[in-house]
Amino acid sequence: MAAFFAMGGYARFVWPAYAVAALVLLGLLFWSLASYRRIKIELAAREAKSPRRRKQAARNP
Amino acid sequence: MPRLANPSQFMKLSAALMPWCAAAAALFLGAGLYLALFVAPPDYQQGESVRIMYVHVPAAWLASLAYALMAGASAVGLIWRHPLAHVAAESAAPLGAGFTLICLVSGSLWGEPMWGTWWVWDARLTSVLVLFFLYLGFIALEHAFDDRSRGTRAAAILAVVGVINLPIIKFSVDWWNTLHQKESVFRLDGPTIAPSLLWPLLVMAVGFLFFFATLLLLRMRAALLEARLRALTFGNP
Amino acid sequence: MNAFAALVGRDLKLAFRQGGDWANVAAFFALAVILFPFGVGPEPELLARISAGVLWVAALLAALLSLERLFQSDWEDGSLEALVLMPLPLELQALAKCLAHWLATGLPLTVIAPLLALVLHFNSAGMVSLVLAMLLGTPVLSLIGAVGAALTLGARRGGVLLSLLVLPLYIPVLIFGVAASEAASMGFAARPHLLLLAALLLAALALAPWAAAAALRQAME
Repeated sequence: MAAFFAMGGYARFVWPAYAVAALVLLGLLFWSLASYRRIKIELAAREAKSPRRRKQAARNP
Repeated sequence: MPRLANPSQFMKLSAALMPWCAAAAALFLGAGLYLALFVAPPDYQQGESVRIMYVHVPAAWLASLAYALMAGASAVGLIWRHPLAHVAAESAAPLGAGFTLICLVSGSLWGEPMWGTWWVWDARLTSVLVLFFLYLGFIALEHAFDDRSRGTRAAAILAVVGVINLPIIKFSVDWWNTLHQKESVFRLDGPTIAPSLLWPLLVMAVGFLFFFATLLLLRMRAALLEARLRALTFGNP
Repeated sequence: MNAFAALVGRDLKLAFRQGGDWANVAAFFALAVILFPFGVGPEPELLARISAGVLWVAALLAALLSLERLFQSDWEDGSLEALVLMPLPLELQALAKCLAHWLATGLPLTVIAPLLALVLHFNSAGMVSLVLAMLLGTPVLSLIGAVGAALTLGARRGGVLLSLLVLPLYIPVLIFGVAASEAASMGFAARPHLLLLAALLLAALALAPWAAAAALRQAME
C-alpha cells in the first residue's frame, strides 16, 4: 500500500498531476452543471410569469 | 436577434445522448484510472513517473481536438451562419482551456523528474502555451463587447486564424530538435509505444473524449436555454 | 495601385502629422532598452548576452503601443464605412494600413535598433543579421497586430485585450528574430533563422489582410 502511494519515489510528481486533472475536470463539471441549473430555474420563473406570451411564442416559432 | 433554427431538435437529441455519454465517460475514466494506476507496468527508464502520461497525453489530445472543433464550428458559423455553430464553439472553449491547462501542468510535473526542468522553451511546449492563450483570448474576446453577437463573431475569427497553431503543435517535434519526445502513437507507421502502455492510454483518452462530449452537450443546452431566456426578457421587459 | 498608394500616403500623413505616433514609439523603444542596464547592472558580458532578447521584446512592446489606434480613428469618425465602399478591396486597404503602420513604427525601430544594440554591448558581428531580422520581423508584427486591432475595435478595455490576443501570436517572431540576431554574433549561420522569418512574413502577408478585413466587416455589421 505504502509502495503504491510512494510511486517509486515519484509521488510528489505523479499525485499532484492526477490531482490537478481531477480538480480541473470536476471543476468544469460542477461549473457547467451549476450554470445549467441556474438558467433552467430562471427560465422556468420567467415563463411562469408570462404564460400567455409563451403560448404565443409556441404558436409562432 | 438570430433565430435559432430547430433548437428544440437539438434539445431533444442532446437530452437523449447526454446520459449515455456521461455513463460512457464514467465507465472509461474509471477503467482507465484503474488500468493506469494498478495494471500498467512502470517504465524501465522512467519508473512510476510514466503514469503521469495517462493524464498528460489524453489531455493534450483533447486540447487539440477541442480547438479543432472550436475552429471548425466558428468557420461554419461565419460562413453559413448556422445558429448552433457559434454555440458549439463557445461551449467548447472553456473545456479546451481546461484540457490545455491539465496538459501543461502535468507535463511540467513530468518534466521535472525526467528532464530536470519544470519548463523549457522548445517548440512543442511553446506552441501548446500559445494554444492556451488562444483559448483565453477567444473567451475574453467573446465577452469584450456590449453587443454580444459582435463578440461571438470576433472570437470566431480569432479561432479560425489560430488554427494555424494546430499543425505546428503536431509537427513541432518533427520539425525541430525538441526536448519533448517524438510522436509515438499517431504515426503513419503505427504506434511505437508498447501495448501494455498503449491500452490504458487509449482507454483514458476515450474517457476524456466522452467527458468532453457530455460537458459540451450540457453547455450547449445551457447556452440555448440562455438564449431563450434573453429572448423572453427582451420581449417582456 | 493608385488607390493603394493613396491610402498608404494618407495614413502616413496622419501618422506624421499628429506629431508623431512614430516619435512616441521610437522614444518608448529607446527608453525601454536603456532601462535594462539600470535594472540588471552595467556589466558588459551580461548585457551582451541579453541584448538581442531585450531589443526584440522592447520592439514588440513598442509596436504594440500604436496598434490600438490603427483602425480606431477611422472607425470612430465613420470613415471606415466610407473605406469599405471604395473600389479597392478591403483586404488591400488593410494591407495599405499595415504598410503605413510599419513605415511609421517598424522601420524607425529597425533604424534605431543598431544604435541601441551598441549601448547594450551587442556583439557587432551580428549587426547585419540583427537589421535583416528586424526588417523581416517588424512587418509581421504590423500584420498580426492589424488582425488583433480589427478584432478588438470598440471592445471594452480594448488595449489590454489587444495585447492578450497579439502577444502570444508574436512569440514565433520573437523566437526566430532573436535566434537570427544572436546566431551571427555567436559564430553560427543566421541564414536558416532569417529564412524562417521570411517564411513567416510571406505567410502573414497572405493571411493577415484577409483576416483583418473579415474582422473589419464584422465590426461594422
